[in-house]
Amino acid sequence: MKNYCVYIAGVGGQGVVRTSVIIGLACVKKGVGIVMSEIHGMAQRGGSVPAEMKIGDAYSPIIEQGGTDLLISFEPAESLRAMNKLSKDTVAVVNTRPIVPVTVALGTSMYLDPQAYIDELKTKLKKVVVLDAESIALEAGNVLSLNMVMLGAAAATPGFPLEKEFLVAAMKDNLPARAMDANLRAFDMGFQQATKDLQ
Amino acid sequence: MSDILTAESGSKLYLLGNEAVVRGALENGISVAATYPGTPSSEIGDTFMDVAKDAGMYFEFSANEKVALEVAAAAAASGLRSFVWMKHVGLNVASDSFMSIAYTKIRAGMVVLTADDPSCWSSQNEQDNRWYARLGNTPVLEPSSPQEMHDLMKYAYEISEKSELPVLMRTTTRISHMRGVVTVGPVNVGKRKGEFEKDATRFPILPAIAYVAHKRIIATLAELAKDADASPWNKVYKRGGKLGIITSGPTFNYAMDVVDEYDLKADVLKLTYTYPFPEQTVLNFLKDHETILVAEEVDPIMEKEVLAILGKYGLQRKIYGKLDGTMPMPYEFSPDILKAGISKALGVTLPEKAAATSGLTLPARPPVWCAGCPHRATFYAAKKAVEHLGIKNAVFPADIGCYSLSAAAPYRMGDYCLSMGSSVGLANGIDAATDQKVMAFIGDSTFFHSGMPAVVNAVHGDHKIVIVVLDNRITAMTGGQPNPGMPMNGMGEVAPEISIEQIVKAMGVGFVKTVDPANLAATQAVMEEALQFDGVAAVISKHPCVMIKTEEKSEKSTRQKLIFTVDKEKCDECMVCVTQFSCPAMFIDKDGKVAIDAEQCNGCAVCVQVCPQKAFRVRR
Repeated sequence: MKNYCVYIAGVGGQGVVRTSVIIGLACVKKGVGIVMSEIHGMAQRGGSVPAEMKIGDAYSPIIEQGGTDLLISFEPAESLRAMNKLSKDTVAVVNTRPIVPVTVALGTSMYLDPQAYIDELKTKLKKVVVLDAESIALEAGNVLSLNMVMLGAAAATPGFPLEKEFLVAAMKDNLPARAMDANLRAFDMGFQQATKDLQ
Repeated sequence: MSDILTAESGSKLYLLGNEAVVRGALENGISVAATYPGTPSSEIGDTFMDVAKDAGMYFEFSANEKVALEVAAAAAASGLRSFVWMKHVGLNVASDSFMSIAYTKIRAGMVVLTADDPSCWSSQNEQDNRWYARLGNTPVLEPSSPQEMHDLMKYAYEISEKSELPVLMRTTTRISHMRGVVTVGPVNVGKRKGEFEKDATRFPILPAIAYVAHKRIIATLAELAKDADASPWNKVYKRGGKLGIITSGPTFNYAMDVVDEYDLKADVLKLTYTYPFPEQTVLNFLKDHETILVAEEVDPIMEKEVLAILGKYGLQRKIYGKLDGTMPMPYEFSPDILKAGISKALGVTLPEKAAATSGLTLPARPPVWCAGCPHRATFYAAKKAVEHLGIKNAVFPADIGCYSLSAAAPYRMGDYCLSMGSSVGLANGIDAATDQKVMAFIGDSTFFHSGMPAVVNAVHGDHKIVIVVLDNRITAMTGGQPNPGMPMNGMGEVAPEISIEQIVKAMGVGFVKTVDPANLAATQAVMEEALQFDGVAAVISKHPCVMIKTEEKSEKSTRQKLIFTVDKEKCDECMVCVTQFSCPAMFIDKDGKVAIDAEQCNGCAVCVQVCPQKAFRVRR
């Protein structure tokens, strides 16, 4: 099969690695190949944390220039961080809530209106699903389920190779049992929001 | 219990390379394991901490890498299979003993894993530890995937026991932190106790013993060279063609993805057993191909081996690699870099995928201390103390840990750092070489690791320095491992807690005070006393790492913590908090006043003490 390449962008502490692990576990459950690359260590302290993965039969998880099929971005500005790995054929799911780095208050960086980053992405990519994942997670019962809102929305995008049953099974393996109801609700709400948006 | 230990033979697990290698050890008779945490190797220790007790083996977080290596060497000398791992620069610390193991030999398998960090994701350099194999006379294996990290443990122990040498396994960030499907075998943990049988002809490593041993090592390596040539792990992936690519580790993956994606006529020689260098295997590959591309991260080590083989056998081949500029010399590679290199070697132009572009400038997002991190308060108080005393041009050597970030704005206080433990040694030197006041910053784990000898040096040398120990009760930057200052060991058992305060007092430090940096004024006052002390002064700034605390709290409820907010009536936009204290939970709101992001605030209450207008208060 052609490799399906997923790039997950976010900030340390947002659950990027956890989300990518759940996608990978779902691949194992479905029986498709998966390789993934994570960032650990110092970069995780509030820095940009990307994870990249290839679903299929690739040797390396590192995505080529323009090679991303799906971008899952937990933060508006971070969605543009690896622009050279995206192309006009990339589908994106983007969270609207900004995390403004301290460099802005220190005056060494600018953070635009978050909508500016999302608009930029929309002009460059085929399809961009935009959602306020934090509000949806709160509505689902737990703000920590933000990453499952994003995963649910990603699962609704055209071409995403993993069915819900595999993702839910992977969630059950990887998330605490007592938070499962909120996480499943968050996943479903993300899925529905994206489905509506894509119509 | 972790499925790293419990998963049945034949199971397919989804594992990080650093987890897969632990399962590989558990399947192959491991008895003793030791490490000092360091990214990108840290998760190996985290995983052993989860399983060691249940597996019935011994594991420790050692005080530093040298001790860890010595623990593993002694176990292997006592007939037990051992495993020790560290980040690349950790092997520098361990190198003194590492160099002698080949001379003394071992009695059971010993694997030394070095996790190199091309592109310096979490490190002070990108040194290539394959050189250490040549210095230390040890075979090298280079895995390319989590499955290989798992599988190579068996092979490594076999090589080690046959040669009586330790085996160096070299991973990189992209292999240690690669996650993939791993098919596991049956667990087979080794016996818990061996016996050290004395052998006066080997283990005391006196000059006369070493003199004889070196000759034997050379013979052993010559034997191993034949094994490397016969190794099933050195393998040609045939695609048919005149170009041959010689590669190893993560670069193999990039090469294969490019060759397969563009259906290129190029054969790939994957070298896994790379020292002793498999000369005959490579010679045959050279003979079969007109053009050669050598692709390896970081130093052109294999490339020079290839050139030596060409010279030795009088062969003429065009070699593309780092030395002719085809491949970049520094930094990690990627599929795109391999694509460019292979295109050049093949003399073809491969189709480019049109990448998206953006003219927008993105905000810089460097790593920062967490909201509520005690380091921020410590440095704030120290800076205020120096300013209040009117000390000009003070030097602040900092060390390796989260507090290395003191070098960034707005603190700009990590003036000089070389390696683990270097802050205090550098402070000794600044005091000897200049008239500048010097204040060294070192973490609790780093103090135990290698800071202590420099404190002894400062006392004995009568250096007038201030040493601030940032005791956050954990080895934080690598993810939160126990250290000797904590009442817990690597097996999760209760262990004696070593007091930093008592150590520095025993060393003869004349001024020793412990503060809680959450109290800024009290901390600043003690810092000022220390700065005025005529001798070596130590301030132990003790407050638990907020990351560990937050994790504990999130287990119960995220809503239990105090959260602060800004009284907009009181905020006069002086910006002291954001420009001098700089907490990531603070931001400038649309009205121009400071606001707090409730999701990030960890309730440390230090902002309340920083604000001249007392504008911060608990959110109701």
